[in-house]
Amino acid sequence: MAYQAPLAKVRGLGSAKSGTAHWWMQRVTAFALVPLTFWLICFLTMGLNAPYRETLVWLAEPVHTVAIVAWLLLACYHGALGLQVVIEDYAGENIKIIAVWAVNLSFLLLALAAVIAVLRIVLAG
Amino acid sequence: MAIPSKRPTSPHLQVYKLPLTGLVSITHRITGVLLSLGLVLVVWLLSVLVSGQQAYADMQAIMALMVFKVMYWGFIYALFFHLCHGIRHLLWDAGLSFEHAKLNQYVLIELAASWLLTLLTFILV
Repeated sequence: MAYQAPLAKVRGLGSAKSGTAHWWMQRVTAFALVPLTFWLICFLTMGLNAPYRETLVWLAEPVHTVAIVAWLLLACYHGALGLQVVIEDYAGENIKIIAVWAVNLSFLLLALAAVIAVLRIVLAG
Repeated sequence: MAIPSKRPTSPHLQVYKLPLTGLVSITHRITGVLLSLGLVLVVWLLSVLVSGQQAYADMQAIMALMVFKVMYWGFIYALFFHLCHGIRHLLWDAGLSFEHAKLNQYVLIELAASWLLTLLTFILV
């Protein structure tokens, strides 16, 4: 006979720690990405149409550099969070954890590559 | 932790005849996954900029091909669709626009807005 109420049992187990952080950050990054889309479109349009020098000069403008780097970091974060949900919904138990790890690490590497590339472009002037 | 189980996962696309809202919902997810791949292409564009003028000219020549142009504008539409339905999700999260009458109405607004934004991008930039 256990004299422990369900609530006490739950408290004893402790919280899951992460709580709503995943869901919340998905929204925070989404909100920030909405206005930053403008700079992405500008950058893509220049990259596909403008001469080399012009695109470099555009990207080296401080506001543009910050906006593009912010977009890259937030998009990587937002994408990793989103793909994690997709994997959790469709993948079987065995591959779920590995797939989520792979996604997170891939997006981390992608974000690093992106930021380093922007720095190389901007610092080379 | 991982309990081996034959329990079904939640029924996915093949089970229902999706209403308009459901079609938009799954399109949001599909565009999200595709845009993650698009993110890799954005980083590729940055790496081309690092590589120098010749690589940049080659990239522009490749992207001028009709097949890649169509893919590019597909990505742009996917981006704006995901953005518009994403704003809808943010409205929902704020507790707004759950009324039954508004469900389909908002879908039409989202579709119109995403096409309009794509068209504006095509014309203006």
